[in-house]
Amino acid sequence: MTVATKNIEEVQNEIIDDFDLLDGDRESTIFYIMELGQELPKLDEQYMIDENLIKGCQSKVWLTTDFQEGRIIYSADSNTDITKGLISLLIRVLNNRTPQEIINADLFFFEKIGMNGVIGSQRSNGFASMIKQMKFYALAYSAKS
Amino acid sequence: MIDVEQLRKEFPILSTEVNGHQLTYFDNGATNQKPKVVIDALEEYYKEYNSNVHRGAHTLADKATGAFEETRTLLQKFINAAKSEEIIFTSGTTEGINLVAQTYGRANLSQGDEILVSTMEHHSNIVPWQLIAAEKGATVRPIPISDKGEIIFEEFEKMLSDKVKVVAVVHASNALGTVNPVEKIIEKAHAFGAKVLIDGAQSAAHLPIDVQKLDCDFFVTSAHKMFGPTGMGFLYGKENILNDMPPYMGGGEMIKEVSFDGTSFNTLPYKFEAGTPNIADTIAFGKAIEFINKWGKEEMAAHEAALLKYATEKLKKEVPTAKIIGEAENKVCVLSFIIENIHNYDVGMMLDARGIAVRTGHHCTQPLMARYGLEGTIRASFSAYNTFEEVDRFIEGLVRIVKMFG
Repeated sequence: MTVATKNIEEVQNEIIDDFDLLDGDRESTIFYIMELGQELPKLDEQYMIDENLIKGCQSKVWLTTDFQEGRIIYSADSNTDITKGLISLLIRVLNNRTPQEIINADLFFFEKIGMNGVIGSQRSNGFASMIKQMKFYALAYSAKS
Repeated sequence: MIDVEQLRKEFPILSTEVNGHQLTYFDNGATNQKPKVVIDALEEYYKEYNSNVHRGAHTLADKATGAFEETRTLLQKFINAAKSEEIIFTSGTTEGINLVAQTYGRANLSQGDEILVSTMEHHSNIVPWQLIAAEKGATVRPIPISDKGEIIFEEFEKMLSDKVKVVAVVHASNALGTVNPVEKIIEKAHAFGAKVLIDGAQSAAHLPIDVQKLDCDFFVTSAHKMFGPTGMGFLYGKENILNDMPPYMGGGEMIKEVSFDGTSFNTLPYKFEAGTPNIADTIAFGKAIEFINKWGKEEMAAHEAALLKYATEKLKKEVPTAKIIGEAENKVCVLSFIIENIHNYDVGMMLDARGIAVRTGHHCTQPLMARYGLEGTIRASFSAYNTFEEVDRFIEGLVRIVKMFG
């Protein structure tokens, strides 16, 4: 297993730089997020069950985890490319981290890239639910380990 | 044909920009935009003659009452009701249906009775009936529809029996655009003694409405889908039926005399208008009716029909991966569709990035979506102020989306 070489803050800054290139253009931003969504590997159908759905998302988002060598591996899928793109960003930031790193993570990139304004309040709430669920898994693993 | 450019000038919002693009508003099925006369009426009322209605012995109250009641008269003429007392102001279609369910339904439904609704109903014309049916031991039964999105009339006829007490159907479907043959439905239902409620939320501004000719027992609609304000609408009911119905809410205007020994109720229409009404919006609703009368409902509908035809053909030709949901012979200006391999929400959001407003989702018609095995659709719904250029912009947007992600 490859351990993430950049810390959470560095990966977030990298994402902010990527989005800066889009120059705030709403359409390009959405296209870019959708592309990210399409690049995220598909989740095996057996995991796309109600128990893995994140509550509070307007679209369907399934999230599963694996715990290897003290680090969490997240896998996710969604029925819409935009939502899939959003969770792919969270996976990019939080994957392969220890539960403690994830619990303590200050996730600032979403606000910095102005995503609230692009995707609207309902989807922003959904994004908050994704973070909550990812941190919830981290808490559960930290209690176990 | 109407002069669309002139008509557009009456709507201040149409010259605004959204996300750096000229607004293209195709979500008229949800609510349409308001002409300046309606917006001004709200401001004028609060600035110049804000006062309660029916009770005051002063000039402002008199002016407010006059303007308020004028709307009732305008509506009576608009739908050709026999009397203005048959027009009950409500907060909208939903309240109108709940009022009928909770008063007529409560007084007349009993164990084993049936309420027929169509599969294409909005939740507002399903849930109020389910609530009262559960209380009274009655059943709500859906009338099936065809793949094209039309009521299967023979099936409807088979469902009719003496057990059917209410038939509640939408005049024009918000999700498919289908215009139902309500005149025939009413005639058949009456033959079995059932009362008929017509949900006119999507029809009142687009189709000719003559409640006497239709012979419907109830007709409900909302002002905000008729260029008027939100939170406002009316219920039409036949006078004899309304008179026999128990009151809905208690208080204010609906009483004649109150004592602790008992209360007597006011006459129609006030019996059903408890509390201080939504005065400003009622007055503004009147201005919306005058606006429709000025431009002509038929002329506006003709333009809308041309837009729908143009958009439908263009969508079929230029977006082959689109599938239209609802291809009834007789439709109001609603174009509902899905696009293969792209989620409705994503399409809606990408169109929004170009200032194009459409609706995506189940349109509060989940049983209908289940009928088609869909989660929802993308819906473009047109109004008389929309243009062919806007349709072009919309199709261009879709073509671009499909090119990128289809």
